[in-house]
Amino acid sequence: MLFGIEWDTSSELAFAWSILPILLIGLWVTVQATVLGFFVALVLGLILAVLKAAPSRFISWPARALTEFIRDTPLLIQLFFLYYVLPEYGIVLPAFLTGALALGLQYSAYTSEVYRAGLEAIGRDQREAARALNFPAAHTFTHVLLPQAIPRIIPAMGNYLVSIMKDVPVLSVVTVLEMLNVAKIIGDRTFDYMVPLSMVGGLYLIMTLVASAGVRLLDMRLPKQGLPLK
Amino acid sequence: MSDHIIKFDKVGKSYGSLKVLDGLDFEVKRGEKVTIIGPSGSGKSTVLRVLMTLETINAGVVYVGNEPLWHEQCNGALVPAGEGHLRKMRQQLGMVFQQFNLFPHMTVRRNIAEAPVKVLGLSRQDANLRAEELLEMVGLADQADKYPHQLSGGQQQRVGIARALAMRPKVMLFDEPTSALDPELVGEVLNVIARLASEHDLTMLLVTHEMRFAREVSDRVCFFDKGRIKEQGTPEELFTDPKEQRTRDFLKAVLDA
Repeated sequence: MLFGIEWDTSSELAFAWSILPILLIGLWVTVQATVLGFFVALVLGLILAVLKAAPSRFISWPARALTEFIRDTPLLIQLFFLYYVLPEYGIVLPAFLTGALALGLQYSAYTSEVYRAGLEAIGRDQREAARALNFPAAHTFTHVLLPQAIPRIIPAMGNYLVSIMKDVPVLSVVTVLEMLNVAKIIGDRTFDYMVPLSMVGGLYLIMTLVASAGVRLLDMRLPKQGLPLK
Repeated sequence: MSDHIIKFDKVGKSYGSLKVLDGLDFEVKRGEKVTIIGPSGSGKSTVLRVLMTLETINAGVVYVGNEPLWHEQCNGALVPAGEGHLRKMRQQLGMVFQQFNLFPHMTVRRNIAEAPVKVLGLSRQDANLRAEELLEMVGLADQADKYPHQLSGGQQQRVGIARALAMRPKVMLFDEPTSALDPELVGEVLNVIARLASEHDLTMLLVTHEMRFAREVSDRVCFFDKGRIKEQGTPEELFTDPKEQRTRDFLKAVLDA
């Protein structure tokens, strides 16, 4: 029994059917962690990308160093650090939040590079036109550069969404009951790992396919208005 | 108060060892239409880009309306200008780019109205009205809702002209406005510029390779060579009776082509 739901071990099929609701509870946690992690990665990545492009080296170099540091250390270490070290300094976050933050932090290093590439792909002519028209710098960024960068970066961002989803099981090491962790507990208690693990694989496949399809749909629906894409 | 709206005082600009502007002295009167011609690399586009504050200078002082463009007065000394000063000065200038540089994700109307709203503080309605008037003027009244890529190059450049005019600049800078156009589209853009030159007291600075056009619209033609003005005069003087051998060679080369 898990989450108050009993399983039925009379046959493989009955077992699979009876643990499905349990796995779906785990799946919901996985989805939440993915969405929150992705959101953090999108926001933090944009901030990092802006800092890295700053004209002052005192801003751009630390941002670059931080990106490199995050990118070149394992997610698991960052997760342990947030979960076990931060409480020593009085910052105690729930496991789920810590996990989602760690995911977001790790992926912000990647998304910041996507933003950077997307922004750099916009020709100098756009910045010069904005300057000649005397746009404030912030307006140039939000109304000239970003709207042109977003359609270019959606496919790459979609890949990272799927990657984050597939990295969520790492959170199980800090006790988050995401889908794979739930399946493992079921296996531990019933000595049948085959069925729950296969189901997790299948459910993952469905989730990633849905996410990819969603990204592709968004990519197709987004107006491109003559942007020179690739 | 002199009647010069633009004055270059011994202006130098170099990329490494390459001198693009070499102690340039150059003045433009209010309302004057000046055409700059010369071989590529002679610094003619740089003059416009320096005025539009797209490129800095290394030496000398540029004045726009008697105020230094790239410098500010500080305790009687000239110091490099901050962004605030540049923003104020930039307001007096408008630029038309060789590659149009329209914003591809905005409609034609929005391309023109965006700066008046964001920079001049016009209401969206007033700015749209201004945009439509200008589109009427450049003969594109029916294209306001299109996106730049739906227009021909000539139409795009006319939108570019309207966009610059929407800011009501005192000086218009045209940086080879027809060089990126197919030959059959050059005329419609030149017509707009010519009308602008004859109907308004705008000061106009034009870099072009269209010699016949330069002859028609300009009060003065300057031949640039190696970052300086080699020779200048009325179109009549410069095109029919150039004094310098270098000018003669250049004109022969472009007019025979």
